[in-house]
Amino acid sequence: MNLPILSILIFFPMLGVVLITMLSRENQWVIKWTTLVVAVLEFIFSLPLWFRFDSDTAAMQFVERLSWFPSYGISYHVGIDGISLLLVLLTTFLTPICVMACWKDIQDKVKEFMICLLFLETGMIGVFCALDLFLFYIFWEVMLIPMYLLIGVWGAPARRIYAAVKFFLFTMFGSLLMLVAILVLYFYHHKVTGVYTFDLLKIYGLQIPFQMQFWMFLAFALAFAIKVPMFPFHTWLPDAHTEAPTVGSVMLAAVLLKMGTYGFIRFNMPLFPEAAWYFVPLFSVLAIIGIIYGALVCMMQIDLKRLIAFSSVSHLGFVMLGLFTYNMAGVQGGIIQMINHGLSTGALFLIVGIIYERRHTRLIAEFGGLSTPMPIYAAIFMVVALSSIGLPGLNGFVGEFLILLGAFKINKIYAILGASGVIFAACYMLWMFQRVMFGVVTNEKNRNLPDLTTREIAYLVPLLIFIVWIGIYPNTFLNKTKASTENFIARMERAKAPKVALVDVIKGDIR
Amino acid sequence: MIEYVWLVPLVPILGFLFNGLLGKRVPKWLVSLVGCSVIGISFLIVILIFLEYLKLPADAKPVEVVVYNWISSGNFNALAAFLVDPLSLIMMLVVSGVSFIIHIYSVGYMHDDEGYPRYFSFLNLFVFAMLVLVSANNFLLMFVGWEGVGLCSYLLIGFWYEKQSASDAGKKAFVVNRIGDFGFLLGIFLIFWTFNTINFREVFSIAGTNFEVGSLVITAITLLLFVGATGKSAQLPLYVWLPDAMEGPTPVSALIHAATMVTAGVYMVARCSALYVLAPVSLTVVAIVGAATAIMSASIGLAQNDIKRVLAYSTVSQLGYMFLACGVGAFAAGIFHLMTHAFFKALLFLGSGSVIHALSGEQDMRHMGDLKKHLPITYWTFIMATLAIAGIFPFAGFFSKDEILFKSLVDGHILYWMIAAAAAFMTAFYMFRLIFMTFHGESRVKPEVLHHVHESPPVMTLPLIALAVLSTIGGFVGIPIIEGANVFHEFLAPAIAHVHRPEIHYPISFEVFMMVVSVIIALLGINTAYRMYIKRPELPQLVTEKIPLLYDLIYHKYYVDELYAATVVNPIKMGSDFLWKGVDEKVVDGAVNGSAGLVEWLSYHIRKLETGYVQNYALAILIGVFIIAGYYLGR
Repeated sequence: MNLPILSILIFFPMLGVVLITMLSRENQWVIKWTTLVVAVLEFIFSLPLWFRFDSDTAAMQFVERLSWFPSYGISYHVGIDGISLLLVLLTTFLTPICVMACWKDIQDKVKEFMICLLFLETGMIGVFCALDLFLFYIFWEVMLIPMYLLIGVWGAPARRIYAAVKFFLFTMFGSLLMLVAILVLYFYHHKVTGVYTFDLLKIYGLQIPFQMQFWMFLAFALAFAIKVPMFPFHTWLPDAHTEAPTVGSVMLAAVLLKMGTYGFIRFNMPLFPEAAWYFVPLFSVLAIIGIIYGALVCMMQIDLKRLIAFSSVSHLGFVMLGLFTYNMAGVQGGIIQMINHGLSTGALFLIVGIIYERRHTRLIAEFGGLSTPMPIYAAIFMVVALSSIGLPGLNGFVGEFLILLGAFKINKIYAILGASGVIFAACYMLWMFQRVMFGVVTNEKNRNLPDLTTREIAYLVPLLIFIVWIGIYPNTFLNKTKASTENFIARMERAKAPKVALVDVIKGDIR
Repeated sequence: MIEYVWLVPLVPILGFLFNGLLGKRVPKWLVSLVGCSVIGISFLIVILIFLEYLKLPADAKPVEVVVYNWISSGNFNALAAFLVDPLSLIMMLVVSGVSFIIHIYSVGYMHDDEGYPRYFSFLNLFVFAMLVLVSANNFLLMFVGWEGVGLCSYLLIGFWYEKQSASDAGKKAFVVNRIGDFGFLLGIFLIFWTFNTINFREVFSIAGTNFEVGSLVITAITLLLFVGATGKSAQLPLYVWLPDAMEGPTPVSALIHAATMVTAGVYMVARCSALYVLAPVSLTVVAIVGAATAIMSASIGLAQNDIKRVLAYSTVSQLGYMFLACGVGAFAAGIFHLMTHAFFKALLFLGSGSVIHALSGEQDMRHMGDLKKHLPITYWTFIMATLAIAGIFPFAGFFSKDEILFKSLVDGHILYWMIAAAAAFMTAFYMFRLIFMTFHGESRVKPEVLHHVHESPPVMTLPLIALAVLSTIGGFVGIPIIEGANVFHEFLAPAIAHVHRPEIHYPISFEVFMMVVSVIIALLGINTAYRMYIKRPELPQLVTEKIPLLYDLIYHKYYVDELYAATVVNPIKMGSDFLWKGVDEKVVDGAVNGSAGLVEWLSYHIRKLETGYVQNYALAILIGVFIIAGYYLGR
């Protein structure tokens, strides 16, 4: 049986969109259930990826290739390897959770909201599966639209337009340069081989001169660095996260940010390996700045969602630090940390969403003492917070440990500075937790807050299961990424950065 | 049975899950039953393993039990695997045994608390983490236990989370411990990239064969690990969290902040003795930090009025002794003191808990006095523990403390001995000060409290008696001088490395003389306390008035907390605030919004050119023509 699983996964949500457009907007209940069923089915459809995935090979699997515009060398080419497998599954896993989470939260324009959500899922899965640069670019841009709408239409009224536009412009700005770089690659491939193609796997085979790699790397990196986001391109994130509706923040944090880090490991590094080596110091330092800077700024936040947004800057800094080590521990740690961040930060946004739904405020000062009226909530919040600060036995530790272990090998200073972020993480997370959950209830409005409902427990528990699973038995997931990571590292090791001064590269004085 | 060693930590976690998930829905007796029995079962398993281990032939020891491969990436492998050797066995026995006693005590002490199931689930979780810590066979699994106990400490210090001071103290403990763990973590990285393994026995054997004494990398590793130890075991400069940790329920202070968790650093240094003996510099650092902590915190203990705080500073001070022992290479003596200290310090805390319980929560010794007749069992057991900590023959503390004093003299330096002896004098003094202020003299108990002062129920006094027995006779496993009588050392020997130096034998008379000296020092301390607090109760007042500055300094704990706030905490807060409001919002985001503003400004003005008047456009064309023409003509 050779079903085109990836195409089903990419387009099934669109089928859902079509279905929903035919439903009456009055009947919100039906719309919600339809979306949930579609999302759950989508998740079920994605399970064969996990079970039929061959962990022993680094080759692309579940590959589908159809000529699209043959004269331009554009094809519909999708496939996944160990790196994208986990990200695709993370996406299909989180979407139903998001649908459940917005059940009560979204009352206005439910139909459009659900359409956006499913549309977004198509875009996200497409990005992780695309193996054709043209196709990738399309998904990359398509995905922007629903996210833009989620923030701009259903966001917090005061600043949602500003946040949405900022999000859109930032991403667009980065991706335009990437488009130029994609076209340059396309023409360069023709120049060298005589064939026009956007096929990533074919372009991997190109030997690109260092001078060109240098600029191409920067062009791609800008797009991805904005998405990650790396310091100093991160300022769209706190605004977007803060203003977005809960589910928007979850998707943004859990999946969209991963496209940046994924872009680095799928495109930047293997396409331009010499430049990738050349840029290790710059990007490692930016990653470390992100880790420490994000954590310090985080500490002073007064708004819960903004606090979590800055913690993302810090956590994604870890991922970038890991990917740029080009050794097993660092890269595998980076990949697993992408998943960890998706689970933990996704869960944190859901958790904040729960009290936002009850109190319609995100300000830390409005809360305090919530442990007394909401004990179950307190317990779950605690576990997630601990996972976020990397407590051994939970998921975050595995990623951070491997990343720092890998970083220590390439440069001890990187590891030392990066590890200091672990201390600050404890500071901001526990301080926030204390201010929200501990103490006596001082605000009357909090005294009788209802504890978690069955629905809320139902969508948080699956996240907790994986938070614990990855912490206790990460090898389930590390094994899936092993072959692909080894392949990636072998590829990186074949190349080394030429010893040239930056000035000469910029002047073009090298051969 | 040995192959089931993983059950030892696993059983307590079942208690955690049961009480954590169902505790609120089941009757209280079931919570207590599950909470205590899981620890009891764990203790029994440890005993069985211990007995079996004794019978094993020498070549079958030590035993490693692999459960599964936890993290593997490239050539890095961290196993979930346990090491059964003399050191881990002693630790497991002490941890599970003392935990069991304290769990029983808690049934009485916490009986009326609303968070009863939560308390037991956290306490079970703690025992799990602590047992993982002491039985792991590699550095990373040890680190799991290490951070795990830190977490439980955080949760239990802040157990009464509605109290601001309690949740502050919990957070402080966690963060300060994280600073130490940062060092530990870097130590693990350096170990892995040096030895390509994190398994204890492999690391130690490679270190022994491939590295010289004084090797730089070993010195770096041991110092980094010791940073971790100073955090967990509350040594200078990271000891500040422990006194605040007394915000937690008293049995927690007994278990976590006296008997077990805080000794983890000592265990770790002893476990890595094979590395430390290769790094004389690190050993010196350990000894100096230990000695300095011992004397400094003992001096703070002289002037505290809160009964638990006195005991807290005493704990810090006794931990300093253990590190001093390790620092002069007497690792076994350090572990011996760790064990006896676990008995008598747990007893002291539980005894103070019994007093606090009787006085409806009063902790200030200035509001106690003359409680001897009300609390006879508490009093007599407390006396035994106090004699033990003061180092009076034949109580448990005598043997272990005397050994440390002796070793610090013959293997260390006369200065170490002098500091340790001074701290011993202070210990005897403040402990008897505590006894006299609490149980003797005139009653200063508030009248509304006095009429329902009562001895604690048997569920609390029986644990006191059990620990009193251990505090009294526990030292006899380590009898010095007599050949072959020190079974503790003999048992422990295979797990401990020795400093490479010629062994000197001292005449027995010298050893005995030093013992007498140490007892005399203790008696002097007791006598001073007696004269100040029983014979002439006005004397303390006079003394403090004589040395107001010094007293103030000690009373305010040398202002260390204030110093840290001014030099570390506040600058970081202010710096972070500047990073947010100054850098992030103004500079980084300012550039973004600024460029958007620039575009807006430009388009606003350029727009004005589009007037719609044909004349304007004609003029523009004309100007253009002139410029182009001018350019070509003027070329």
